[in-house]
Amino acid sequence: MLELKGLSVSYGSFTAIESIDVLVQKGEIVVLLGSNGAGKSTTFKAISGLEKPRKGEILFEGKSIDSRSPGRIVESGIVQCAEGRKLFPKMSVSENLIMGAYVHRKNKKAIKQSIKHVYELFPILYEKKENAAGSLSGGQQQMLAIGRALMAKPKLMLLDEPSIGLAPLIVEQMFEVIQQINEEGTTILLAEQNANAALGIASKGYVFESGSIVVQGTSEELLSDDSVRKAYIGA
Amino acid sequence: MAALLNRRTVISGFILLALVFPFLTKNSYVLHILTLAFIWMIAVYGLNLLAGYTGYLSLAHAGFFAIGAYSLGILTVKVGMNYWLAFLSSLIITCILGLLIGLIALRTKEHFFAIYTLCVGYIIYLVIDKWDGLTGGVRGLIGIPVPAGFGPLSFEKPLSQYYLILFFLLLTVLMVYRIVHSLSGRTFIAIRNSEELAKTLGIATMKNKLMVFVLSTLFAGLAGVLYASFIRFIGPDIGYITITFDLLMYLLVGGIGTLAGPIVGTLLIVWVSQSLQFLQDYRMLIFGPLLTLLIIFYPRGIIGAFYEWKIKRQEKKRMRALIKNHKDAEFPTANSVPDKKVKEG
Repeated sequence: MLELKGLSVSYGSFTAIESIDVLVQKGEIVVLLGSNGAGKSTTFKAISGLEKPRKGEILFEGKSIDSRSPGRIVESGIVQCAEGRKLFPKMSVSENLIMGAYVHRKNKKAIKQSIKHVYELFPILYEKKENAAGSLSGGQQQMLAIGRALMAKPKLMLLDEPSIGLAPLIVEQMFEVIQQINEEGTTILLAEQNANAALGIASKGYVFESGSIVVQGTSEELLSDDSVRKAYIGA
Repeated sequence: MAALLNRRTVISGFILLALVFPFLTKNSYVLHILTLAFIWMIAVYGLNLLAGYTGYLSLAHAGFFAIGAYSLGILTVKVGMNYWLAFLSSLIITCILGLLIGLIALRTKEHFFAIYTLCVGYIIYLVIDKWDGLTGGVRGLIGIPVPAGFGPLSFEKPLSQYYLILFFLLLTVLMVYRIVHSLSGRTFIAIRNSEELAKTLGIATMKNKLMVFVLSTLFAGLAGVLYASFIRFIGPDIGYITITFDLLMYLLVGGIGTLAGPIVGTLLIVWVSQSLQFLQDYRMLIFGPLLTLLIIFYPRGIIGAFYEWKIKRQEKKRMRALIKNHKDAEFPTANSVPDKKVKEG
């Protein structure tokens, strides 16, 4: 479904990622592991069109998308849920969700249905639908960020560190929801530092280290890989 | 519901006041100043859309105001065009120039955008000042006609001009209200919030920014056109940077990014500066520090401060109600005995 072929991205003279290859099949959950600054977020930015690749290709459903504008990429079905629960803090929860459906703005009926679906997935958002997004707790904000990404009806969702700064119990819930979204037919590419939880739901993973992929394999392989265990699981 | 009714009555009250105001005062100077203030308000609404809602502070606003005014002046005085045709053409000319300048200016951001537009504004002023053949240079344009009448309506008298300009002001407020409360308005706010985030939602940011830039020049142009046929004389001064900063001051004092801000700020500053007329330019010694204090303590101006106060009051009320309910229900009172003793050691 999504294929990165020898992708490199630089900021000026600094190379953020160097010829990486990633393959995501339809219906999978794939996880990108790596510490801060390893290049996970840059990879996401390149896929969603915010950064132009210096070298290499990004193929989505067999077509090259690296020259498309971010808006067109969202329209074609790739939606990013950015790190750090970026929301519109002054807008209400429901307004945030409606903004998420921007590319479907002409289809009011579909938007209503999507909102209903998001509220079913996250009942707490329904209770707080009139509240300003900035007044929600960390976990609720992350739910809203995921919900807003869902509003665009993605075929592929890019989730950048959904567990960052959340309590363990909330993290567990978050991963359950991610799994549920995946079962409903959305392919998911996940960037995480929480390797244990992420590999628990993913089918395969890539380990990033200073801009390149150093290890890759199925979840079982990575969980039993000594270097991965040492670096990310701490056992 | 009560709040909505309340707001509705406040708004209709103000409109009514504006309508009967000319009958409350016999002073034609007051009416003249108020009419001028209405014109400034229209321009400030344009600035508010761009700087307040979209987060792009344009300092070329007086330039577009002047483009509108001069377009009307040249088309009526030199070309001899029918008034309302010239009126429409002037707005179109302003928008087209706005579109062209926006295409380049919007490639910059934040401070750079402000500095770039500052330069553009100054260039517009210079062109008007130096292009003698077209604009009359420093001598300006004299004898711009008042708006032509429709049938029995004529706009010869200051009173009828007052109503005409009030009509355009109300139209402006209504348009801005509709824009801000539509998806486009939320899109602009999303861009102000974070352009990158807006892009990840699939918003074509350049297209939207260009739209709001042109809209803001439209309001600046409209204000300029009305100014030209109200004062009936224009000089290059109306495109000078000080006008931009006046407009910006009205917006900041009233409340940037609020709907009522332009009206409140303009009225207040115009009124205060009229009453301090005897101090001449030393007025600025009072304005400067006041403005600085306002920006530090109330960055969203008077209207913003008012809303903050309202939200805080509501929150306090809510908390009090919550505490009261809890007290009745489950909070242990002083007399009640704790269930378990605290284990020590």
